[in-house]
Amino acid sequence: MTSESTNSDPDDLNLLYTDVEDSLRESIHDLLTARCTPERVVAAYDGDRDLQLGLWRSLSVDLGLAGLLVPEDRGGAGATAREAAVVLEELGRFVAPVPFFTSAVVATTALLQGDDDETLGQLAAGGCTAALVVPFSASATSFRPTVRADNGKLQGRVTSVVGALDADVLLVPVSTDAGVELHRVEASGTGVGVEPVVSLDMTRQLADIDFTGARSTQVTVAESGDAAVRDALELGAALLASEQLGVAQWCLDHTVSYLLDRKQFGRPVGGFQAIKHRLADLYVMVESAHAAARYAAATAADHDPDRRLAASVAQAYCSEVAVKAAEECVQLHGGIGMTWEHPAHLYLKRAKADQIAFGTAGAHRLRLGELVGLPVVPA
Amino acid sequence: MVRDNMVRDDLRSRVKALLAATDPATTDRLDFLRARFDAGLAWANFPEGLGGLGLPRAFQPYVDQLLEAGGAPDNNPLRNGIGLGMAAPTILAFGTDQQKQRFLKPLWTGEEVWCQLFSEPGAGSDLAAVSTRAVRDGDSWVVNGQKVWTSAAHKARFAILLVRTDPNVSKHAGLSYFVCDMTDPGVDVRPLRQLTGEAEFNEVFLTDVRIPDSYRLGEEGQGWKVATATLMNERVAIGGAAAPREGGMIGVVARTWRDRPELRTAELHDRLMTLWVEAEVARLTGQRLRQKLALGQPGPEGSAMKLTFARLAQQLSGLEVELLGEDGLRYSDWTMVRPDIVEFTGRDAGYRYLRAKGNSIEGGTSEILRNIVAERVLGLPAEPRTDKDIAWKDLPK
Repeated sequence: MTSESTNSDPDDLNLLYTDVEDSLRESIHDLLTARCTPERVVAAYDGDRDLQLGLWRSLSVDLGLAGLLVPEDRGGAGATAREAAVVLEELGRFVAPVPFFTSAVVATTALLQGDDDETLGQLAAGGCTAALVVPFSASATSFRPTVRADNGKLQGRVTSVVGALDADVLLVPVSTDAGVELHRVEASGTGVGVEPVVSLDMTRQLADIDFTGARSTQVTVAESGDAAVRDALELGAALLASEQLGVAQWCLDHTVSYLLDRKQFGRPVGGFQAIKHRLADLYVMVESAHAAARYAAATAADHDPDRRLAASVAQAYCSEVAVKAAEECVQLHGGIGMTWEHPAHLYLKRAKADQIAFGTAGAHRLRLGELVGLPVVPA
Repeated sequence: MVRDNMVRDDLRSRVKALLAATDPATTDRLDFLRARFDAGLAWANFPEGLGGLGLPRAFQPYVDQLLEAGGAPDNNPLRNGIGLGMAAPTILAFGTDQQKQRFLKPLWTGEEVWCQLFSEPGAGSDLAAVSTRAVRDGDSWVVNGQKVWTSAAHKARFAILLVRTDPNVSKHAGLSYFVCDMTDPGVDVRPLRQLTGEAEFNEVFLTDVRIPDSYRLGEEGQGWKVATATLMNERVAIGGAAAPREGGMIGVVARTWRDRPELRTAELHDRLMTLWVEAEVARLTGQRLRQKLALGQPGPEGSAMKLTFARLAQQLSGLEVELLGEDGLRYSDWTMVRPDIVEFTGRDAGYRYLRAKGNSIEGGTSEILRNIVAERVLGLPAEPRTDKDIAWKDLPK
């Protein structure tokens, strides 16, 4: 792991992909092409979670993605946010219903601050899956824990948690008089109620969680628990941009190829100038999202001082581009885009849910205003 | 990277040698610039003997830094933007040895300013429709017609000129490309006042202008090919420069926000930050594009950059006028002047707002650029053409 870095000029960061990143992408792409077809993904909306388990096992264990962000001396692959971002791009491109983001990125980042190396090692090996118990709409600037420890047992309710339905281990931010502690809880233990929620995006289904006297182990002390949660939410926001990029890129690619094929008035619909201009604008946005997402990943990987700003820029930009791309995808497909059969809706639902996740674009703009000295009102 | 370091070492010693042989503190400015050109330190990507060293373009900023640190004068590139950005690369690509030797050095030093005679009243986006005629007369050509939107025409010694040499073939096939001497008595330059009040551009009337055939760039009838190369360079120049965070129009508006807290509202703040994010993302996109180009993955993506640049300049300057409230109702000066250097971020907010309207028209309208992106990047069908296989003289006008 690199410490707070110093010497790198953010203008020199590589915003493209390294050969290692390209080959990582290729292996994930091949696996998902074979296994994660839209017909199987859409089944999640009818309550069929078969795809999830098998696919996650292949990605986490066979491809070793679960331990990407865990340092080698703690049982992982010792990769960086750059590689994790490439994984997320591909998962976004397939709206893959796997807990890579919630477990291998967010929960793992929170755990890296603590000393529970046993759990960390299990996570890295794909032997177990974890979730950070915060609302999906939480952000690094606004999050406040709603769970308290009462005589060593947890009490409280957290709504709209992602990844919990896939998790063996729950990491719970707990509010104490001394600050925020991070606790580890068995998801199947007594005093833990994980209630599935019918969600806008069923490929990343929410759960409401009630703690009624659940036994827990403290993973980080109050002095560092807050930082652990914030780091996790911060990196989550930074890397979610890459998933949004993957969603947007799929929508653009598939809309273009459909409109080359689809004919009305005796011409390909993609040849009408009104359509061409919309697609050109969308292309410009997706190219821009590439730069924003890669910069967020590169600064996070380097622990660059610019990483918070980069995360907010990427979220404020990419979350809107993904929604725009998915909406254009539905509209420009015409009638077929409105059907259950066509996969466009999977991307629309993912993009719209992601827009709210880890801080809305507006919340990130507000934070950026503070970061760059453009405050909303006079102090 | 090792090679890069070797090149840098070499450049450092060349700069040192130049500064030692020609001390900028005691040398006339032009003499120094000529010596710099002869030393191959003018433009790194040009060939040896023509002001360069045959290096990748990316090394030039390094040379510029070294020379600036050594107290050397620069060639005031903003005064000859068309010459440096468009004429020079075209001359390099299509010129004869004689033309390169004659034109490039005084162009680079700024002794000879250049302008561009392309657009006409009847040929804007449809540039290949130019109707200015050149008729051969022995070893020279006689040119008649009208050009428009010519910046720096009143200061220019030479122009790059696109004319019709054969009206009997299709419009793209009948064009040729020349260097035009702007001191010819048949050249009449008149200021073209624009909506800002000033005249940054000119109309140029050409009446029996004589151009020697030795001033032709490229083959007769190959003018379109040469002009396309020029325009590609223009778009690289517009979209391609590295910028710091809050460079350009966003920096101007951000300064107003910081200086005038009494103007702030929550609604304006969200719009400002939306554009701040877009400006920062555009900056990163430019950086990413340059990284792609350095790896030799070029393409028409420069058109995408220019689209973004134009939109942001317009939205930001518009926001600033609104932000200023009562002050936004005022304008600095409507006096007709011919500015020496045009800065999009100069003068007052009202001027910037009005001038930015040109950003989506000059150098390819945003509509044409969207066609280019759609067709050449996304592979969508080209616009239907009714004018391709008809002789130019038979086209409806």
